[in-house]
Amino acid sequence: MTESPAARSSGEPILEIRDLVKHFDVPRSRGGGVVHAVDGVDLTIRAGEVVGLVGESGSGKSTIGKCVVRLLEPTRGSITLHGRDVTHLPQGKLRPLRRQVHMVFQDPYSSLNPRMQVEQIVAEPLRMHRIASGLAARTRVREMLERVGLSAEVARRYPHELSGGQRQRVGLARSLVLEPSLLVADEPVSALDVSVQASIINLVLDLQRDMGFSCLFIAHDLATVQFLCNRVAVMYLGRIVEEGTRDQLFDAPRHPYTQSLLSAVPLPDPVKQRDRHRVVLAGDVPSPVHPPSGCRFHTRCPAAELPLCREQDPVLVDHRSDGHRSACLLVREDGSAPDITDITREGRARVHHQA
Amino acid sequence: MSTPTSTRLAVEDLHVRFDSDDGTVLAVNGVSFDVGEGEVLALVGESGCGKSMTAMALMGLLPPTATRSGSIRLAGRELTGLRQREMRELRGREISMIFQEPMTSLNPVYTVGYLVAEVLRRHEGLSRRAAKERAVELLELVRIPAPRQRVDEYPHQMSGGMRQRVMIAMAVACNPKVLLADEPTTALDVTIQAQILDIMRDLREKLGTSVVIITHDLGVVADIADRVVVMYAGHVVETGVVDDVFARPQHPYTIGLLGSVPRPDLAPTSASDRLTEIPGIVPTLRQPPHECVFAPRCPRADDECRRDMPALVETAPGQRAACVHPGPVPERAGAAS
Repeated sequence: MTESPAARSSGEPILEIRDLVKHFDVPRSRGGGVVHAVDGVDLTIRAGEVVGLVGESGSGKSTIGKCVVRLLEPTRGSITLHGRDVTHLPQGKLRPLRRQVHMVFQDPYSSLNPRMQVEQIVAEPLRMHRIASGLAARTRVREMLERVGLSAEVARRYPHELSGGQRQRVGLARSLVLEPSLLVADEPVSALDVSVQASIINLVLDLQRDMGFSCLFIAHDLATVQFLCNRVAVMYLGRIVEEGTRDQLFDAPRHPYTQSLLSAVPLPDPVKQRDRHRVVLAGDVPSPVHPPSGCRFHTRCPAAELPLCREQDPVLVDHRSDGHRSACLLVREDGSAPDITDITREGRARVHHQA
Repeated sequence: MSTPTSTRLAVEDLHVRFDSDDGTVLAVNGVSFDVGEGEVLALVGESGCGKSMTAMALMGLLPPTATRSGSIRLAGRELTGLRQREMRELRGREISMIFQEPMTSLNPVYTVGYLVAEVLRRHEGLSRRAAKERAVELLELVRIPAPRQRVDEYPHQMSGGMRQRVMIAMAVACNPKVLLADEPTTALDVTIQAQILDIMRDLREKLGTSVVIITHDLGVVADIADRVVVMYAGHVVETGVVDDVFARPQHPYTIGLLGSVPRPDLAPTSASDRLTEIPGIVPTLRQPPHECVFAPRCPRADDECRRDMPALVETAPGQRAACVHPGPVPERAGAAS
């Protein structure tokens, strides 16, 4: 956080996602239909940027991550890496992509091969890409292990002999040993204990500063994202509803969904938490098989104006041309947005705050 | 904040140990606390600290390999000597529990209405029809929309948040004195978590239920609890009123826990550049400790700490810590890992 987010975003685009759509067919035995997991997402990650992708389960954030590393085949849209379209590269030509983009998974227990020693796990990318073998590979592995804070004695151990935090360090070492330009981290700390989470978050922060890779950080924990990311995109039912720098998004959230998410996270301070007006959203996230018409959030939105929000599908608008984009019909041209805290406190009165 | 009017649950010197071929594990070691009427007490700690085993011991649901000692009094009645049959009468009526996984803790072959009604028929002897009527009311109490329709649905037709509401409805059906909630919102999204915490607050106010909530989420503790018990390696290391413990934590473990979560609500300082790490992992105790259980990971540990496990001592009115060197010594953020 030594550089301002603005300075960072001037870097060249590493990853460009354009109008990405990923649909899944539901088998007829389960009622049929189509899951609209990702439904038209644009996202750019520039060199050295850490972009947070937040949303609740079913919002499509992990699907985007998997499309980027091509574990899933996008239905429509394009994914460009270093200016090269990789959306539909055939399996045989994926190797250059695999060298540039690596992924860290949520579950450090199931994402490491239990029959390989730590050393072999971390060396595998080097072997697969024929970059180093033998002594050279071993040296690079030891260096990488040291970088992620694992001692040399861990190298000969098997995953089951390690703690959750150590395993996630191994996962990071494996992902970064090729010095990729982009790291996709899918909930890398949510399976860990709080104190272990802290050390992994610190580690990601250090490694990113040292190695300078860009990172797509997928998480549901807003506090972690705020701590770690330069830019943040908030997803709801397959769409990005708001995007901006960390400060834009957390200090002056425009979309009512972003506001409700921030309101729902309890602060670890009992006095502040008691004095806060909490906005509790009604109902569940609707099914992505039948997303609501118009604005997808209108069924739960405390500020929704009907029939407008039910009928019109909002697009992301950069109201003040400062990179802070939101997809809400109620945000005015000057970027002022409905404040759902005021709305829920004062009934249905329309209150706008200056953004 | 409610001041406890009468003690509903009093736990004294609770021990739980497991004996197996691999040796002995001391899961809970001399835990004591009490919960007043309508009070919410939070048991906090990381995995392996013994918080869930404490709850299972209270419910009399420990696995057969476990041995329990100490005293558990529910509204003055000692539970430890009770037979299985007597305990079954109490469970669900006087003390009940909700679990983390609403996906796996509801029987999938019955409708949710049947599941809630079963508790009432079993404990209160209600007729099938009366129990179902009451089940609809309970589903309404936990704010399930259209309860009259949803009462006939099966658990798999419901979302995680709705299932957790059904669990709560089952748990409070007989208006128990004490509700144990083991990580009730951990598997849920934040907006759903906010709903569930709201419902629990509501129940406490409407029914006066005493709640013991087990969680690792300090935000949840700050949101709902009156008092907090911080556990580490089966021991209580700090306890007090939530406001005091969060504002002036005394035990280095509590300080470490509070420092390890990002605090966006605080003004950034140079120290907020990194999170506080607690090096090492939670130990598994195989024999009674001859030193402070936290000493191997503690930045303050010295020879005195390695002599014996310190007892809980009062550090301020109503606040106690099991530490030789208690106090809010400013931690160096991000100490070595």
